Amino acid sequence: MIPEIGQVTLMGALLISLAMGILPLIGAYTGNQRLMKVGQTGAIAQVFLVGGAFIMLTWAFVVQDFSVEYVARNSSAALPLIYRYTAVWGSHEGSFLLWELVLCLWTVAVALLSSKLPDNFRARTLGVLGLLSSGFLMFIIFTSNPFTRLIPSAVDGLDLNPLLQDPGMIIHPPILYIGYVGFAVSFAFAVAALLGQRVDREWVRWSRPWTHIAWAFLTLGIALGSWWAYYELGWGGWWFWDPVENASFMPWIVATALIHSQAVTEKRGAFQNWTLILAITTFSLCLLGTFLVRSGVLTSVHAFAADPTRGVFILTYLFVVVGGTLLLFAIRAPAMVRGSDFAGMSRETLILVNNLLLVVMAAMVLTGTLYPLLLDALNAGKISVGPPYFGTLFAMLLVPIALLLPLGFHARWQADKLKRLAGELALPAVVAVVGGIVTAVFLPSAGLWGIFGVAGAFWIMASCLVYYRNRLAARTGNRPSRSETGMILAHFGVGLFMVGASLTNPTSEEKHLRMEAGDSFELSGYNFIFEGTRMVRGPNYVADEGELLVYKNGERVASMYPQKRRYNNGQVMTEAALDAGLTRDLYVGLGEPLDETGTAWAIRLYHKPFIRFIWIGALLMMAGGFLAASDKRYRRAIAKQPARNSGMAEAPA
Amino acid sequence: MIGRLLPVIIFLGLGILLAAGLKIADHKTELPSPLIGKQMPEFALPILGREETIVTNEDLVGEPFLLNAWASWCPTCRVEHPVITDLARSGKIRVVGLNYKDEKADAQAWLARFGDPYDLTITDISGRTAIDFGVYAAPESFLIDSNGTIVFKQIGMMTPEVIETEILPRLEQWSKSP
Amino acid sequence: MMRRAMSLAVLLILFALPLLAMAQAQEPPEFDNTEQEQRYKELTTELRCVVCQNQNLADSDAQLAQDLRKEILGMLKDGQSDDQITGFLVDRYGDFVLYRPAIGGNTLALWLIPGVLLGGGAIAVFVTVRNRNRRLAEQQQKGSS
Repeated sequence: MIPEIGQVTLMGALLISLAMGILPLIGAYTGNQRLMKVGQTGAIAQVFLVGGAFIMLTWAFVVQDFSVEYVARNSSAALPLIYRYTAVWGSHEGSFLLWELVLCLWTVAVALLSSKLPDNFRARTLGVLGLLSSGFLMFIIFTSNPFTRLIPSAVDGLDLNPLLQDPGMIIHPPILYIGYVGFAVSFAFAVAALLGQRVDREWVRWSRPWTHIAWAFLTLGIALGSWWAYYELGWGGWWFWDPVENASFMPWIVATALIHSQAVTEKRGAFQNWTLILAITTFSLCLLGTFLVRSGVLTSVHAFAADPTRGVFILTYLFVVVGGTLLLFAIRAPAMVRGSDFAGMSRETLILVNNLLLVVMAAMVLTGTLYPLLLDALNAGKISVGPPYFGTLFAMLLVPIALLLPLGFHARWQADKLKRLAGELALPAVVAVVGGIVTAVFLPSAGLWGIFGVAGAFWIMASCLVYYRNRLAARTGNRPSRSETGMILAHFGVGLFMVGASLTNPTSEEKHLRMEAGDSFELSGYNFIFEGTRMVRGPNYVADEGELLVYKNGERVASMYPQKRRYNNGQVMTEAALDAGLTRDLYVGLGEPLDETGTAWAIRLYHKPFIRFIWIGALLMMAGGFLAASDKRYRRAIAKQPARNSGMAEAPA
Repeated sequence: MIGRLLPVIIFLGLGILLAAGLKIADHKTELPSPLIGKQMPEFALPILGREETIVTNEDLVGEPFLLNAWASWCPTCRVEHPVITDLARSGKIRVVGLNYKDEKADAQAWLARFGDPYDLTITDISGRTAIDFGVYAAPESFLIDSNGTIVFKQIGMMTPEVIETEILPRLEQWSKSP
Repeated sequence: MMRRAMSLAVLLILFALPLLAMAQAQEPPEFDNTEQEQRYKELTTELRCVVCQNQNLADSDAQLAQDLRKEILGMLKDGQSDDQITGFLVDRYGDFVLYRPAIGGNTLALWLIPGVLLGGGAIAVFVTVRNRNRRLAEQQQKGSS
């Protein structure tokens, strides 16, 4: 009964979303207040309906209703309760319902928090969000219904993929989606601005906190994915340039460029078209990512089971939404946007260069991800593009970004002098050189890339601290604003990330060896003693659990318990043991038993220095994003635009 | 003006690529074999059940044949088996079995249970010869002509359609021009 | 409905397949020296597993991956070069096994596109900045005259 109600609820939500998609747009065009208000009421109604459907699907999982096909395929009688909740987004149908729910949540947030926006602008934004939502709901109802019944009902389910039976599963997808879908808001703002021919700095100021928050969530989501893959999947790897990882990274890169472009547009009025295009592109890349994961076009560890109908639907959606918006841009974007001018040496120039590098980086990732598909489609052979391509080019592009970042940071708007900058950055330069030397002396295995990477990271971090100190000193009594502090924090996080990313791969040590109870092995100064294995039983699995004691300089540092699990549905999985530390991780994986009695095992030992810096750096970036978004100046009301077609607002110089 | 149309144009190109990608998505995990058009790799493998007798690649040159890589632990091999059997029974072409990474007892039991359509079955217990053939997903079948050249490779199970479209036409061609 | 049951059955079989593929356990590799170990690590991480196609040869548990790793170790001990080893695999499985795409032929565009974009973009940025700079100078001149 309840799944059927869920289906009806979704259909109701579709009708609401269509109404709130079309009516407010008409209202904004004709000036009809009542129609414009439909946006807000519609948003609230929609979130209740979609939320209700989601709750009903969750209920089906919790009570283990295996007559619902989706539940049968992603759960089992023995599945622990917490994973029954997360199994809701365990594969395509449910995760897409989650995606849609997140969109509804963002929409209602915009509806409730934007009272200071002019009515027609708000109506247009909500209208766009409603249209996006209606497309997704149609997709769900017609191709990906999570409430389909399984007749005859299954006695037990196939169980959730063991890789997903993990705490990471609880948070990674929802957080990632909040970020991903959040860019629909800045997208909607951009489209609303184009529709209303209102391209000035006011709407950009308004859209900034939304962009910051979405960016912060996406940063967190990607970092969580990396951390989760590290301890769950790969043998100590933290990024694989897997197509779906790339699909989440590309919007992140472009969103970073967007945030910088918004800063220029808000403060100086320049780069307005760039801000529009970047806002459109960011969300388009999010949609592209959805397509890549769910259409079966690319091979990926993340890909959901593919269905050609779904792929066609999403592609059509992509054509309509992205193609339509880009066409709107081509037609409506102001022909001659005169922002204020600036000198060659200025913050504007440096941000422009920064954005160029970021866009090229995103284009590089896109090229590498889709190139095998291109060759295959042209019947020109099957190739692979992997970390050797992405990693190399990414590092090469990061070099100019890292070098220029502190300059962009410290440079003044409009015009600045290189001499003055050099003076400010002398200290960070010294710190960078020192950092490089220290690395070369104490961690020679880091190699040239590692040494220069650390130097670059110190260059960035030191310049952030210098900037903060200067700002504290300059305006006595007036602390830097939240948005400035957030900016400093985020850029500092970039530096910290670079320390981890530059050092961990080259300085990691690993050993894959045969061990019997009593054997020991020394790796990077740590003595690992294998004490044998024993059987343990989990709720839906049986496992061999090994025990390894780790000593350093004679003292016990850790006890580690890697497992080899055999789940009830037959799948075998390795659960690595991890001893986390700020400056290093110890990581142990249990391989296969090497003899009949199971006394000898293939064991993998890892020593991974500085790997936590990667995620801590990402967390700082996220924190900076949230902090900046909370700045009060974004909540000032936007000035109303005099008439609909008065042309562009000339940006004051 | 062009600048503003550039994004749409780029996107359209991308969209067309993705649409093409959808069309070929079914076959995206199949690897085209680099051995097509080349001589079959050298090997010397024993016959299943008569391990004293070694068969080499040279022994098989002379008449076209279908080399079918199979194993008792491979469920899809079981599904394709009737198709292989029909093809062998039709007499149109020799079918040679390549027993891939299997145990002798299991392989013999499998053939006893489901029928043995093969002219002969050679065993590759280590899988090394299969690697030389580029086998990665049993079952796989290779159409080899009378000169010992690999002419066609089927990845995954053999189907009547594939026989119709890929194997029979080639056999006809060969019978016409010796 | 029959199709659903069939697809469930197929799913079950697919789940079982990797299990069957992992039939034989493998002894960890033993190296003659650290250089060999380093080369082994590099080679196996830059080669793609043809069976589970989203893993490299080093991480994959598939039977074929284990066999190929053993093969590669043997070739390393034999004194074969990296090119010879990757060539061995490419001859049998095609360019697909290389995570590092070749530079040249149909992958030339792949390697050149980022550079071309960067170059083109740099020119566009240069022109833009120069125009803005010029206009700013003009404005300031007008202001002071």
